[in-house]
Amino acid sequence: MSQPAPHVEYLAVHKRYADSDWVVRDLDLELNRGEFLTLLGPSGSGKTTCLMMLAGFEPATTGDIRIDGVSVAGLPPDKRGLGVVFQNYALFPHMSVGANLAFPLEVRGLSAGQRRERVARALELVRLEDFEDRRPNQLSGGQQQRVAIARALVFEPELVLMDEPLGALDRRLREQLQYEIRRIQRQLGVTVLYVTHDQTEAMAMSDRVAVFRAGRIEQVATPEVLYEEPQTPFVASFIGENNLLKGRIASVGRGVCEVEVAGQRLQAAHISDLPPGSETLVAIRPERVNIAPLPMRYSNEFEALVEDISFLGDHLRVRLEVCGNSDFIAKIPNIVGHGGILPGDQARIGWGALDCRALEAASY
Amino acid sequence: MGALALVLPLLAFVTLSFVVPLATLLSKSAYQPEVSEVFPETMHVLARWNGEGLPPEAAFAAMAGELAKALDERALPRASGAINRVQGGMRGVLNLTARRLARTDFAGTWRETLAGISGDWLQPRTWLAIREAGAPFTLRHYLQALDLERKEDGSIGFRPEDSRVYTPLMWRTLLVSLGVTLLCLLIGYPIACMIANSPPKRSRLLLLLVLVPFWTSLLVRTTAWIVLLQRQGVINGLLVGLGILPDDARLQMIYNMTGTFVAMTHVLLPFMVLPLYSVMRSIPPSHMPAAVSLGASPLKAFRRVYLPQTLPGIGAGSLLVFILAIGYYITPALVGGRTGELISSQIAYHVQTSLNWGLAAALSSILLVAVTVLYLIYSRVVGIERMRLG
Ligand SMILES: Nc1ncnc2c1ncn2[C@@H]1O[C@H](COP(=O)(O)OP(=O)(O)O)[C@@H](O)[C@H]1O
Ligand SMILES: [Mg+2]
Repeated sequence: MSQPAPHVEYLAVHKRYADSDWVVRDLDLELNRGEFLTLLGPSGSGKTTCLMMLAGFEPATTGDIRIDGVSVAGLPPDKRGLGVVFQNYALFPHMSVGANLAFPLEVRGLSAGQRRERVARALELVRLEDFEDRRPNQLSGGQQQRVAIARALVFEPELVLMDEPLGALDRRLREQLQYEIRRIQRQLGVTVLYVTHDQTEAMAMSDRVAVFRAGRIEQVATPEVLYEEPQTPFVASFIGENNLLKGRIASVGRGVCEVEVAGQRLQAAHISDLPPGSETLVAIRPERVNIAPLPMRYSNEFEALVEDISFLGDHLRVRLEVCGNSDFIAKIPNIVGHGGILPGDQARIGWGALDCRALEAASY
Repeated sequence: MGALALVLPLLAFVTLSFVVPLATLLSKSAYQPEVSEVFPETMHVLARWNGEGLPPEAAFAAMAGELAKALDERALPRASGAINRVQGGMRGVLNLTARRLARTDFAGTWRETLAGISGDWLQPRTWLAIREAGAPFTLRHYLQALDLERKEDGSIGFRPEDSRVYTPLMWRTLLVSLGVTLLCLLIGYPIACMIANSPPKRSRLLLLLVLVPFWTSLLVRTTAWIVLLQRQGVINGLLVGLGILPDDARLQMIYNMTGTFVAMTHVLLPFMVLPLYSVMRSIPPSHMPAAVSLGASPLKAFRRVYLPQTLPGIGAGSLLVFILAIGYYITPALVGGRTGELISSQIAYHVQTSLNWGLAAALSSILLVAVTVLYLIYSRVVGIERMRLG
């Protein structure tokens, strides 16, 4: 074993609660030291459960969780030494901000002097130097969140878990704190396992994202790979926006396949081992679709009926009917105007063969 | 103005049903005009008497006249009762004198005439008692309620140990109330904790179980304890039946302090559980895991994070139970026997049987003061705005 063990490993973890169905199924996941990994998925997909199993508040039903290669099964949560930021901050209202931060140091038996120094440093890290004597309920939501983060870091854990820490904040504040959490994580070099249902947040912050769906991981990859190379229709539609056209694979070439959609043929990247004749969903990003009144020279070109156009500032959002699909979206950057296209017009749309991917329909 | 009209019925109700009776009762503890109303002339003369020896002839004359008048107007019992409470035996003297006066010849002076009927009229203490009972404003009831007495030399001091009646009862009431409050807290805290932290369905069921006693008559609940605890009752029967106790050593668990404690704790438990539950429900369930994740053992997390947040509930519940316990009547009266009797039964006795409303009012006022003081201390320490009742 030359390579050091990953910081955290989930090995074939299954989880069910007393009276529930499987909440987490066959989870295999590794976190590397210093990595920022996000569990992304809709509400109820089992993200919090994964976090709670790592923190030690819920046992895995089967499978094993290891930290630094050592199984933590049976290690009580207060001995795991992880920082946890809870969904609703969980600041203790009867203690001042300073006392909240000093709490983990106090239970670890640090001297008053050490405590004071560490608390001051943690407050500095989240830029709340002047708030030590306030009560949590005298702080704004964003400030409370910073205190919660500082409290999870003040005892210098190597691994920090955060469960939708920004869920209750408004958009601007959320973006600001995303940036700050990222800055702090880089500065301290801690490993972060982050949970959110907001794909923009996951994309903005993470080194890697694990997309959850109904207790299973659909894909783990960097934000870029997730966006450009989704492996499943769920990932394709959950990360960013995608048009999904239902069809059947007609023939398979080298890296490309021909798909029959509502009687018409189109070319798509063939990324699975689907044989000819199988059902598929072809995913096309709206911004990869071009619209013109006249024929273009794309591998895939169709006649489309313009149903609706919304002006969204930086781009136009055009809803079209294509191949019997009435919710086909195209985004046109606001560079050249909309070329005189109006609702009700017939137009031609087109995109390259490698701009769309033929995904396995069965898993959707 | 419109809003005021809306609370008017409530205001009227509170005034009529609470403020007025309370004020009337309290005033009775120090104000008792009966004697001075029935014997106004006598009291007038006695007011100028220096209290040494016997009062002047005018006092005897006034007393004779007013006794006859009181007998005619049937006002005598009111006044004689009040005087009798100051000095035992006076009721008899007054009644006898009033009835005999009409049939007695005038003996030259009223002093001789009255003395002819009863020798007590020549005792200075008779007149002192009348004068004292006649004072419309008096602290006599309070002295009596606190087992104090006026000594020969006029100073105020405690009665001898063995003739104290009310202070031992008050201490007992205080201790029992504290004990019951503590028991309720010890039993109620885990229950409230469990209800607040159960899934909604189970929590509703448990809450229902706590509330069921409220829908059962207090008498039924209390007599149920008699059935359970008495010498031939269920528990003793079980213990004997299982051979744990010999038949002749059945436990005396009712009509004594044990009975009072058990039944009162049971009856008052919901008043502890409900405020606690209401406070605990508002504590986010993530606080305990958060404290544990920060490295605190579950016990430490409870002590440092959970318990302090439930203090307002502990305060509210304890205050409520204590106040209810200190004035509790029916339950201790039914299951307490002699040794489990509380001050409330003395108050009831003086209201219903001895008709000494002044003393009953004084005892009640002392209870009221005790509760108020406690409440003020509590609001200072905990802050009344933090108290949560439900
Ligand atoms: N303590 C619990 N007992 C029973 N079921 C639970 C419990 N916690 C979560 N669940 C269930 O497990 C599933 C996943 O929940 P969770 O892990 O909280 O998902 P997420 O964080 O992705 O929203 C949900 O269906 C939820 O109802
Ligand atoms: Mg969650």
